[in-house]
Amino acid sequence: MGPLAINEIISENTNLFLAFIIGIGFGFVLESSGFSSSRKLAGVFYGYDTVVLKVFFTGAITCMLGLLFFSLFGWVDLSLVYINPTYLTSAIVGGVIMGAGFIIGGFCPGTSFCGAAIGKIDGIVFIVGLFLGVLIFGLGYNLWDELYLAKNLGTPKVSESLGMGDGLFALILIIVALAMFTVAEWAEKKFPREEY
Amino acid sequence: MTETKQIRKTKYLNPYIGGVLLGLVLLSANFIAGRGLGASGAIKSTIVATMTTVAPAASEKSGFIKEFRESHGGNPMKTWLVFEMLGVLVGGFLSGAIAGRLKFKVEHSPKITSRKRLLLALTGGVLFGFGSQLGRGCTSGSALSGMAVLSLGGFITMMAIFGTAFALAFFFRKNWI
Repeated sequence: MGPLAINEIISENTNLFLAFIIGIGFGFVLESSGFSSSRKLAGVFYGYDTVVLKVFFTGAITCMLGLLFFSLFGWVDLSLVYINPTYLTSAIVGGVIMGAGFIIGGFCPGTSFCGAAIGKIDGIVFIVGLFLGVLIFGLGYNLWDELYLAKNLGTPKVSESLGMGDGLFALILIIVALAMFTVAEWAEKKFPREEY
Repeated sequence: MTETKQIRKTKYLNPYIGGVLLGLVLLSANFIAGRGLGASGAIKSTIVATMTTVAPAASEKSGFIKEFRESHGGNPMKTWLVFEMLGVLVGGFLSGAIAGRLKFKVEHSPKITSRKRLLLALTGGVLFGFGSQLGRGCTSGSALSGMAVLSLGGFITMMAIFGTAFALAFFFRKNWI
């Protein structure tokens, strides 16, 4: 059955329309969870507000389990679902640069759009920065294309790389997440703050 | 606890419920479109469209544009992430409107000025925009969506993003607390 667009159960235009609807859900959930506030987002790095950690990991695990069960029931063909490729060098270097951008700018791209949508001027300025950053990458592409294309490992799954089944990995990730949530709840009590 | 404090505490969704809802949105994206959520990809599409319109000749030679075209055919603005991000603006606005959070403001720690906050937001944006291209997606497209489909790269990028931000947090503490 799924993915619907790839199995041509829905047309390309329907898929784009549903992208808009899914985007509304995405934006709505992010904003109602408080992701439109940079001080709330940055809180995770100081322990006074760990909403990012909780929402992010609960979200990833919910979808991961959903896909595993959907696949088990034959509702979705996982071999047709896009798996992000792993280019080892650029995944690390890109992630490090993004991490610096996160703590300096207080947003990530998705959350800056949520902030901008409710009138956060810092969110709008962050988006201007995003466009500049992507433009710089595009204009100077020849300077870093080697780095960008280095160490292409294909599309390995993290479970395969660790030599375990998907189910076992998901179980371990859930246990790790629960441990992190416990620490997060403790930190929020230890470093209280007012709501932003 | 006074009544006002209780209201302040409950104005956002419970984070675990928010997380489950986010997971369901991400799951529906994978089920419907066979791909996860994203954000920086829509910006890339806009930049590609702008570059090809403003400087068509130079763009023909650009490796960046060539790389984009190999993975996306047709009009760069008629892509899944562009429509999804337009939805994000609408969804964010609706949520803010319902919760009474619509307001033009610069949010910053009382220890810094608005001007400094905006300068930092611009700098952070440039870094995040650049990094998202190297990392083939941002927190949404690479880390969150990648993790949900068990991509090794997704986990590596997630650890690099959060690890770096934690490592640098001490040096930027005045901007936030």
